[in-house]
Amino acid sequence: MGEMTFLLASPLVGAVVLALFGHRRYAAEVNVAFSALTLVAAAVLTEKVIEDGPAILLWEQFFVDSLNVFLVALTAFVAMTTSLFSRPYMRIEHAHGKVTDAGLRLYHSMYQMFSFTMLVVLTTNNLGIMWVALEAATLTTVLLIALYRTHASLEAAWKYFILCGVGIAQALFGTILVYFTSEKILGPGVGALLWTHLDAVKGQLEPTVMSLAFVFLMVGYGTKVGLVPLHNWLPDAHAEGPTPISAVLSGLLLNVALYALIRFKVITDGALLAASDGGIPFASRLMMGFGLLSVVVAACFLSRQKDIKRMFAYSSIEHMGLITFAFGMGGPVASFAGLLHMTLHSLTKSAIFFAVGHAAQKAGTQMMDEIRGLMQINPTVGWGLMLGTAAILGMPPFGVFASEFLILTTAIAQQPWAAPILLFALGVSFAAIFGKVQPMVFGETTAKRLPHPPALVPVFTHLSLVLMLGLYTPPYLADWYRQAARLIG
Amino acid sequence: MLHFLSLHAAELINLCASLILLIAFAMLAQRKILALINLFAAQGLMLCVSTVLVAFVSGQAHLYWSALLTLVLKVLLLPWILHRLIRKLNVKWDVETLFNVSTTMIVGIVLVILAFNLVQPVSQLAGAVTKSTLGIALASVLLAFLMMITRSKAVPQVVGFLAMENGLVLAATGATHGMPMVIEFGIALDVLVGVLILGVFFFQIRERFDSLDTRHLEKLKET
Amino acid sequence: MTSAAGLAAQFAELILAVLLAPMLTGWVNQCRAWLQNRSGPGVLQPYRMLLKLFRKEVVLAHNASPLFRIAPYVIFACLALSAAIVPTLSTDLPLNAAADAIALVGLLALARMFISLAGMDVGTAFGSLGARREMMVGFLAEPALLMVLFTASLISHSTSLATIVGTLAKNEFVIYPSLAFAGVAFTMVSLAENARIPVDNPATHLELTMIHEAMVLEYSGRHLAMIEWAASLKLFVYSCMGLALFVPFGIAEGGDSAGILLALPVLAAKLAVGGALLALIETLSAKMRIFRAPEFLGIAFLVAVLAMLVRVLLES
Repeated sequence: MGEMTFLLASPLVGAVVLALFGHRRYAAEVNVAFSALTLVAAAVLTEKVIEDGPAILLWEQFFVDSLNVFLVALTAFVAMTTSLFSRPYMRIEHAHGKVTDAGLRLYHSMYQMFSFTMLVVLTTNNLGIMWVALEAATLTTVLLIALYRTHASLEAAWKYFILCGVGIAQALFGTILVYFTSEKILGPGVGALLWTHLDAVKGQLEPTVMSLAFVFLMVGYGTKVGLVPLHNWLPDAHAEGPTPISAVLSGLLLNVALYALIRFKVITDGALLAASDGGIPFASRLMMGFGLLSVVVAACFLSRQKDIKRMFAYSSIEHMGLITFAFGMGGPVASFAGLLHMTLHSLTKSAIFFAVGHAAQKAGTQMMDEIRGLMQINPTVGWGLMLGTAAILGMPPFGVFASEFLILTTAIAQQPWAAPILLFALGVSFAAIFGKVQPMVFGETTAKRLPHPPALVPVFTHLSLVLMLGLYTPPYLADWYRQAARLIG
Repeated sequence: MLHFLSLHAAELINLCASLILLIAFAMLAQRKILALINLFAAQGLMLCVSTVLVAFVSGQAHLYWSALLTLVLKVLLLPWILHRLIRKLNVKWDVETLFNVSTTMIVGIVLVILAFNLVQPVSQLAGAVTKSTLGIALASVLLAFLMMITRSKAVPQVVGFLAMENGLVLAATGATHGMPMVIEFGIALDVLVGVLILGVFFFQIRERFDSLDTRHLEKLKET
Repeated sequence: MTSAAGLAAQFAELILAVLLAPMLTGWVNQCRAWLQNRSGPGVLQPYRMLLKLFRKEVVLAHNASPLFRIAPYVIFACLALSAAIVPTLSTDLPLNAAADAIALVGLLALARMFISLAGMDVGTAFGSLGARREMMVGFLAEPALLMVLFTASLISHSTSLATIVGTLAKNEFVIYPSLAFAGVAFTMVSLAENARIPVDNPATHLELTMIHEAMVLEYSGRHLAMIEWAASLKLFVYSCMGLALFVPFGIAEGGDSAGILLALPVLAAKLAVGGALLALIETLSAKMRIFRAPEFLGIAFLVAVLAMLVRVLLES
């Protein structure tokens, strides 16, 4: 209980403190400190859940089980490493005059606020609060994306706000429909929106209402996950915001939105189980369809990108599609693979964005044609980008290989028709990304070597974790994933 | 009076819901920004009245608070903020050129039919009092969505966004006798913060583009 | 009821309508004058004008055909008949059963056709211009009017106006949301049909925008009087139709004289309020460009369709 309060209080207090002092010299360190505190709280909470099992806390409003505590740990960890990365990065942006003092204050405060809203989404037991917090997460990131106030960043932020606002309104309609059917069983009041209560009575929920609700939820939260055809905001938002924000958007926010969707899927599956005829459940079918479409469309768009952050944004769409597809297939193996892939994608993609951020900052542009010979300018950045790219493309021995392999083999076993499509898309994206990153890293350049080495501890921390997960999954971790996969079903 | 209310509450709620739908259509066809904001306030008022009626019929005391929240936020505060905004931005008398109102209206009617058909199986499970409001609510949400698509100016798009929220609140009060109060407050807070952020945004957009026309905001796209 | 008493009641109603219609026009104009801070000519002004016109000599164009001379009387007859069909005072008069809502719309269309033909007859530019515009307005307004009437007839399962009004009046205080939509559509249609302000302005002769006045420019003397009188009757018919559909209270159900006598002051009060509202609408809105009229009527039509949808989807 104490850890829970601490977990949420730390970023919230951080947001308030940094709203007042976020432009001072030591603000970045304070940001790191608060993120570290959050990480400690998350670690203690995780430890507790592993030992004692799921817990319902704080007047039943919060709830932790293996599924969300794993995401809490991941979120706190990536938020922490990103704050480490953002320290030098934002300092340089500030020195270049791209961000004002007020902008820096806003940035630091909203960074903590963003962590807070994501942690609330992950830990809340109340599906209504989940919506409110996810909408709040949208609002905080809108401000962060528009930080530079350039034409493009304003446009990206506007698009992001309007599209996600519309999308998430559909999710609210879905939530209302869920409440509509649940209050008939659980009685009106907050109780009818608590996930644990809903989970207990999911067999009695009205199937027609639940399937309609799930369609709206899929569209609503799917917009935030960035599933095709609701993905339009995602490449712009990733490309035009500050790089640390691209990293947390890709690595965390998409996961969090997908988590919300999974929670609803569990209930919907339960409600439709009685009515189903033994075929593939409705929610699963919907998720597989959206997932597969996202993988294919994103893979096709990859080769046309010129902006490096845009390209990796499309790669995020592709991977989120893959994860959605895995959860859609369901079953212990696919869900296990989905969770593993979620973790690995978060770690790898944020590492890539860190490396990309440095590369783009040095080159002064995000256009891939103009970034050349990173190996000569700075070998650390070059290797970071190269290894990250290799990892995200699923090259062994990195962990992504393992999770993609698991997803593919399950697809061959359960949904044979989808396997060739997935393989094709993965092949296309491999060719596209590798073909573009290779000249950037190894090409010739006339630029001078950099005077000072960039701090790339976060990049290599993430990549070594990804490497470790590829070679060896610690038994307690595997056990943990298995428990979480069982919850998803 | 009370006797009359209890006898005809269901019909009055239906009437309010229909008026909300009618206002949604009026917004679709309204060119003037100022009138649009007034229509939005009127829609909020209708929403407030229907919430009070549902509260009266169902005896759910918390719905009165919800109605009060709607009144303060949707009828007074948000229109006031919007009025201030358009005065400061000097777009008070702006008139938009709309593309073919009749076509938009026909699409709107198709959306209404779609909405009614979508919630048909659900409405049958609802109580007799609010059977039809769910369809109207979804229709208003879709119409607000349509309005956002057809507008090119920033302020009308935001009004559309808020009207969409009105539809959602109607769904909540109509179908479920209101979401729990905590969540209604949360939603209201999100909307309010959203509008404030957008208000700041308007100034930034205008500063950059010298216009609030979001057609300037179409540079980022796949080539 | 085709008894002698019924016939007498019907006849009295018709006479009353024909005689009182100009007063409604006068009342609307008077209200408008008040709203615009003018003193106004008084409600009896249309009578004075009619009287003056009847006394004047008729000036005919050389190439005017007989149709030009017959048209005013045909139009007047059509509208007088419509005034008898619309249940103004009672739902049980002999002529109420003579035509249902669709035939009534047809009767009004006949009047429109004659006035348009007469407008084109002499061959002046203004006449054919006005006729064209009138036909355009009619072409768009009629479907909307029909939709409104269909919505009302869906409620009462009959297209007979008397039955519709009877059903609506009997279900006291039942509120039909669909009728709210239909009411809006009907108001828009009536404004266009009666050449009122957002669509046409009866007080000006501006060639860019005039519709009704352009068609009757060639008329003079008693012919013009008949047409003006018919225009007043048209306003009266539409007002009564609107009142009967949307505020059906106070209309007598039987044909007995007591009921009708009671209905008379109610009707007068409703017309007075309705006329004042019309004046208010006219004062508040600005005349729109003629090219906007199709859009205006298109919206009216769609609102009427919506009314029907609401009726079918919500209230069944």
